[in-house]
Amino acid sequence: MSDSIERNAAEIARGVNSGAFSAAELTRSMLAHIDRTEPQVGAYLSVLHERAAATAARVDERIKQGERLPLAGVPLAVKDNMCLEGTRTTCGSKILEHWTSPYTATAVQRLLDAGCIPVGKANMDEFAMGSSCENSALGVTRNPYDLERVPGGSSGGSASAVAAFEAAIGMGSDTGGSIREPAAFCNLVGFKPTYGRVSRYGLIAFASSLDQIGPLTRTVEDAALAYDAMGGHDPMDATSIDRPFETTADGLRTDLRGVRVGIVREFATKELGPEIDALYAKAYRDLEALGAELVEVALPTAEYGLATYYLIAPAECSSNLARFDGVRYGLRVEGANVHEMYERTRAAGFGPEVKRRILIGTYALSSGYYDAYYVRAQKARTLIAQDFAKAFASCDLIAAPAASSPAFTFNAKSDPYSMYLMDYYTIPMSLAGLPALSVPCGWVTPPGGASPMPMGLQLTAPLFAERALLSAAHAYERATGHAAAQRPVIAMEATQ
Amino acid sequence: MQYEAVIGIECHVELKTATKMFCGCPNEFGGEPNTKVCPVCLALPGSLPVPNRAAIDHMVRAGLAVEAAIPTFSKFDRKNYFYPDMPKDYQISQFDMPLTQGGVVKYWLEDGTMKSCRLTRIHLEEDTGKSTHAGSGDGRISGSTYSLIDFNRAGVPLMECVSEPEIHSADEAVAYLESLRRTLQQLGVSDVKMEEGSLRCDANVSIRPVGASELGTKTEIKNMNSFRSVHRAIQSEIARQIAVVEAGERIVQETRGWDEINGTTISMRSKEQAHDYRYFPDPDLVPMEITAAYVDALRETIPEAPWKRFLRYTQSYGLNVLQATQLIDTQPLASYFDAVVAASDNAQQATNFVLGDLSRLANESGTPVWLSAVSPEHLAELIVLVDGKTINSKIAKELLVRMWAGEGSPKALVEREGLAQTSDPAAIEAFVVDVLAANEKSVNDYRAGKTNVMGFLVGQVMKASRGKADPALVNDVVKKKLEQ
Repeated sequence: MSDSIERNAAEIARGVNSGAFSAAELTRSMLAHIDRTEPQVGAYLSVLHERAAATAARVDERIKQGERLPLAGVPLAVKDNMCLEGTRTTCGSKILEHWTSPYTATAVQRLLDAGCIPVGKANMDEFAMGSSCENSALGVTRNPYDLERVPGGSSGGSASAVAAFEAAIGMGSDTGGSIREPAAFCNLVGFKPTYGRVSRYGLIAFASSLDQIGPLTRTVEDAALAYDAMGGHDPMDATSIDRPFETTADGLRTDLRGVRVGIVREFATKELGPEIDALYAKAYRDLEALGAELVEVALPTAEYGLATYYLIAPAECSSNLARFDGVRYGLRVEGANVHEMYERTRAAGFGPEVKRRILIGTYALSSGYYDAYYVRAQKARTLIAQDFAKAFASCDLIAAPAASSPAFTFNAKSDPYSMYLMDYYTIPMSLAGLPALSVPCGWVTPPGGASPMPMGLQLTAPLFAERALLSAAHAYERATGHAAAQRPVIAMEATQ
Repeated sequence: MQYEAVIGIECHVELKTATKMFCGCPNEFGGEPNTKVCPVCLALPGSLPVPNRAAIDHMVRAGLAVEAAIPTFSKFDRKNYFYPDMPKDYQISQFDMPLTQGGVVKYWLEDGTMKSCRLTRIHLEEDTGKSTHAGSGDGRISGSTYSLIDFNRAGVPLMECVSEPEIHSADEAVAYLESLRRTLQQLGVSDVKMEEGSLRCDANVSIRPVGASELGTKTEIKNMNSFRSVHRAIQSEIARQIAVVEAGERIVQETRGWDEINGTTISMRSKEQAHDYRYFPDPDLVPMEITAAYVDALRETIPEAPWKRFLRYTQSYGLNVLQATQLIDTQPLASYFDAVVAASDNAQQATNFVLGDLSRLANESGTPVWLSAVSPEHLAELIVLVDGKTINSKIAKELLVRMWAGEGSPKALVEREGLAQTSDPAAIEAFVVDVLAANEKSVNDYRAGKTNVMGFLVGQVMKASRGKADPALVNDVVKKKLEQ
């Protein structure tokens, strides 16, 4: 039992379903581990001791009644922008610091129905705006592979929790790379499904047309199991896609024969330094060794992704975040009249990055600027999606870096633009709504770094080709085994 | 100088649906505050809107009823501004691609003149909550110490309907509103009750010298709670503007509130806030594709337009404006009337019965005509019996009361009870001879010049015939006999 907290989701579900161990036992060990590890890692904004124990007891009861659940007893980290009834749901923001959600997000509910145990609400960049988790107003989260480094973001808490064995599945949300980049930084698989495949109901919106929920896990199989459980049409989300849902966990292959993998001409890795350049060259060769045919593809408009994204996402956020006004819930700072109350509440409640994006977005939508900024950005977005469609005429998957560097140290990216650049390789896929994931692809020791840090290979598939995408990632993961090469530096002695 | 008023009317109409526009909460008037709310209409973090298909159907039907074009593509946009009773601090509305385009409201004035006013736009949006300001004593926000918000109304589907400035008097404005109201009511898309707020309207009023083509500076009049206050407010505002111009001053573009008690408009906001609503397509809602098949199916459900019915009633049936309007304004009564006309082919008699005797019986009993025991077919039978002189109007009235009581077909009653009118001169003469013989004094009085006893004698004959004698014939025979 002592190593049970390190089991993957698939192993846990097998163990609980077969009666080898109970969800309650595992949850107890998990909570004890969380309590010991959290002071170092800080993955969670709230740990759900009672809730987890009660849920585990119910899962055990269901197993006893003869039910078999695909994720029986699997400890789950829920990013704190997803509603779970009766829990604090803060978005990492002062403005929602004390807000308790009265309802549960669809994707969260589906994982609970599948047998998951919610052990904690995970830290994040405020309103999912950031790439390091440093924009959280409510706590610091550290990278379990080097506590002096960031876990990535915005789903940094979920990534850190899964990497530190404080959960087997982390729920993330990805707007421009917020699942894939922290997965790369924390030696995890991070999967963003096709836009519309997972319901956004109960996910606190950052940029509605880009936000997509997905899993962070230690294996591709776990990501597939989580996706199969949370995905599918939801009548509560008008953007959720109503077409047959293809499961993925039952279709994972071990080779890449017959798969054409596109290498993006514009994403040359030379400028990332010789060590990283070599690492990606090796990753592409490994894909070839598995039977894939490498082809060069062009994404000529991808370089406009960042500029496009930083108009569309702020525009939507400027409107989405208007509701945090102090009237109905969350922080309220009183004023002489309602307008002063709005101003004081929002001034005190939002952090600098959130304010920056609200201002950019408000400007981009303003009369006189709308056509020049918002409308042009939408046109660029269409062109980027068309580039992908053209590329997929000659390949089945696209391989690219997930991030341009390994996890960096705290305060290393003090100017916003250098932080925005972290998502250079992930944003185009988000704009095109494509399914994409990051899978561990090796280790590099950053200059001055104490230990090797993980890197991620980003694989992207055409719309709705989740099955092919996860299958390929699984083949690559099995053949290379990069994730197992290092262990987190957090103190594991007490549990072993 | 002679002035012409130029008026445009902006209406907000709450659509009648089971649930709200974007969530499953009941769409009902009233109730304890904040009892008809959910995460979606309270805009709790993470909630998402899902459009109500019934409201979209209503919009398309309303558009078809006013001859608007229905585009093949439409979408929802966000109108961004902060307001405490608007939970998301943006309103889901429609900006540049509403569900309907154009349209025209045709209406008639009291003298029967037909008029029409084109529509600038109709679009679909959501209603806000309601604020109550407390602590100021008079319910006004100024001086209040706190405000309470009821979100029961938040998210109710709302149709905005803006007219072109083509209305030129308070009478026309009210006639326009009446026409719009009856059109929407007959479609069943709204209760259109001003007193419950399911119809709200503002008026944009300006004046210009008669013959001028340029528009004058307009003011927007709010707070009109009935058609009567719309009429009074517009009249008062036109008079005020004329007085301002005559005094050599300029009209200020502003919003003015109608003060019902003092009968005048009062400046509310002299400086229009230049709102930038930052409209953009709502990314939570997918664009709507509207197929021809869908529109055609809805077109089938549109009843005859009230203005067309008005022309039919007044021009083909010869009803007067009041009668036509009375029927049209009670749609089930108009349908009933149409059925009676169709079966009897006598619009004048149908009008007399439906608006006369039947309406009186309805008022007395509280049962509407169209729900009464008198079916349109039975009433038509009765009219045919009268037309064919099978019964006289007195018997007809008696029969109608019995039909109202549920005795069924008048034809069957007449046959069963032998109530058919007697038009046989010999039979009538026999009754007359008997009556004159029994009333010698009256006969002598008549012959002495007291001709007013004639009525009494005719009555006696009718009585003797148990009402069945043809009264006109009785009249003739009595007269003839008396003057022999």
